[in-house]
Amino acid sequence: MSDHDYRPKSKVGQWFNDRLPLLTLANHLTDYPTPKNLNYWWTFGGILTFCLITQIVTGLTLAMHYIAHADMAFESVEHIMRDVNYGWLIRYIHANGASMFFLAVYIHIFRSLFYGSYKSPREIIWILGIIIYLLMMAAAFMGYVLPWGQMSFWGATVITNLFSAIPLVGEGIVTWLWGGYSVDNPTLTRFFTLHYLIPFLILGLVVLHIWALHVPGNNNPVGIDIKKPSKDTVPFHPYIVIKDGFALLMFMIVFAFFVFYAPNILGHADNYIEANPMVTPAHIVPEWYLLPFYAILRSVPDKLLGVVAMLSAILILAVLPWLDTSKIRSAVFRPLYKQFYWILVADVLILGYVGAMPAEGLYLLIARVATAYYFLHFLVILPILGFKEKTLPVPLSITEPVLGGSPNLAAARNKESKIE
Amino acid sequence: MKSLFKLFSIIIIIVVSNSYSFAAEKVEYLKTDWSFKGLFGKFDRASLQRGYQVYTEVCASCHSMKYLSYRNLAEPGGPEFSEAQAKAIAASFEVTDGPNSDGEMFTRPGKLSDKFVMPYENVKAAQAANGGAYPPDMSVLVKARGGGVDYIYSLLQGYEEAPSNVSLDEGVYYNKYMYGNKIRMAAPLSNGLVDYGDGTNATVEQMSKDVTTFLMWSAEPHLEARHQMGFKAIVYLIILTTLVYFSMKKIWSRVESEV
Repeated sequence: MSDHDYRPKSKVGQWFNDRLPLLTLANHLTDYPTPKNLNYWWTFGGILTFCLITQIVTGLTLAMHYIAHADMAFESVEHIMRDVNYGWLIRYIHANGASMFFLAVYIHIFRSLFYGSYKSPREIIWILGIIIYLLMMAAAFMGYVLPWGQMSFWGATVITNLFSAIPLVGEGIVTWLWGGYSVDNPTLTRFFTLHYLIPFLILGLVVLHIWALHVPGNNNPVGIDIKKPSKDTVPFHPYIVIKDGFALLMFMIVFAFFVFYAPNILGHADNYIEANPMVTPAHIVPEWYLLPFYAILRSVPDKLLGVVAMLSAILILAVLPWLDTSKIRSAVFRPLYKQFYWILVADVLILGYVGAMPAEGLYLLIARVATAYYFLHFLVILPILGFKEKTLPVPLSITEPVLGGSPNLAAARNKESKIE
Repeated sequence: MKSLFKLFSIIIIIVVSNSYSFAAEKVEYLKTDWSFKGLFGKFDRASLQRGYQVYTEVCASCHSMKYLSYRNLAEPGGPEFSEAQAKAIAASFEVTDGPNSDGEMFTRPGKLSDKFVMPYENVKAAQAANGGAYPPDMSVLVKARGGGVDYIYSLLQGYEEAPSNVSLDEGVYYNKYMYGNKIRMAAPLSNGLVDYGDGTNATVEQMSKDVTTFLMWSAEPHLEARHQMGFKAIVYLIILTTLVYFSMKKIWSRVESEV
């Protein structure tokens, strides 16, 4: 943010930049001072940008051939798979791209949780991220409906029916959402419209997310505030660009493996059966990335409370910066939090697992315990931990591993001057 | 680099745990060596042609294949009948076309561009002819069943006498691989049912394998192109990743920091 005095070298550049300072922006982006100790967990921001653009480009191409009509949607997907040039490739990239997108976003979120990136002064970045994540779930859910297979239809029926849990107006809302008295053609066309719209909303929010990031700058594995630019930072280009590029390529190898050699492994076989309102599938399961929330929904016996629990599980993240009372950001210096962090990771994986299983017997019991623990972590453990935990000494800077630092730069400077 | 290994081990754990979670209620299916599996998997051309013969002589009397056209039979990566053969196959079917200039529907011999002729006019007609059960369309059947090719291959050979504790209604048969073990389709294959032109012995096992191979192709007609492109794409990515890795090392050697 320091280089607003940037002036392009060429006359034309100056003329243009005086009228629209795009070159100043480009200069800011390339020079952007980035902590030099960022590890590979920090490369997922770039990977997610790649995922979003991939989904938009492949999605636009698919939309040129797809027909949003209850009688023709399934057939048009088969037309894409068989007769459109490289249609199979575009569709498999798009379908697996959704899974890759969520894989990356979960890593991105859990990185933030580990290193305390959501804490002051980065709360707005975090909240924007949660909104993006919510929109991603909406987009993915509606995208899954579009092929109009059995799981599309019944998934849409189950999820839209959740709104009927709202007292008094619930039934009316569901009818309004459907555009009729069951999931049918009007539902499909509006889902298609929204599925087309949401990625562009996400794109706009991503711009805000990055903008908000560029105000305080990146957090880092040590979790301390650093002077920018300084010995602790490197310019974004070429250092971070090449590193993000390397990580992206590694990610693309995994992506390519799914697209070319296991394109249907993350999907459900029932979605290759055309939607049939008269036949209910044996098990209705959402895509893997929604399973933890599905498990929370089903673990509550009451429908309305189940919906409330599921929504709270996501929305609780938005207030996380205020639930976590610890002043120390990085789990590296929080021995207790580090353990609770890994318990939370295991808890969410367990929720995902039981979400795929029938909600009965032992599975239901596990789901209930795991759901309770999920809320316990955020509502009880985190607030108390901030006061009780004995944290390790934090270094003053990245380059000089002097202990006795503080996450607050001003405080650190005070300490520095006292030492001198 | 350490964190990179951690990262990939986590990715692998997630993938493995997911594929396990969907594999609930697993039945041990019969196994055979499918030529189309693996990085370089290709269809066995002769098996596809035999499989088409089984489909058209046995299955097609009840099961439609509405997303396939006769031209597909001559396209690369499929059974690869010659164009003349595919034309002859198409012409052996009567296709309803029209209306003509008098407003009448008429029938004519099939052309390459026609979709596979359906055995029944509509779902209701199919149900009426099959005691209320609808023989599913076979175009993407392999992908629409959890066990995929192994399931179909096993199902075709899974007909048995019902155990004494299972009572079967009229027109229902016992199959040990069917979900719930009860199936409305009578055992479709029996030894020597079709007469293979290439002299292959038409055992139930052989026919099951051939027709399942054909169904895999009908569900994934571009499987060979996908495998070939996938190998090229991944080799390309690995080479590029290696080059970028060394460039990154070189660039980062300017600062005293690990990458």
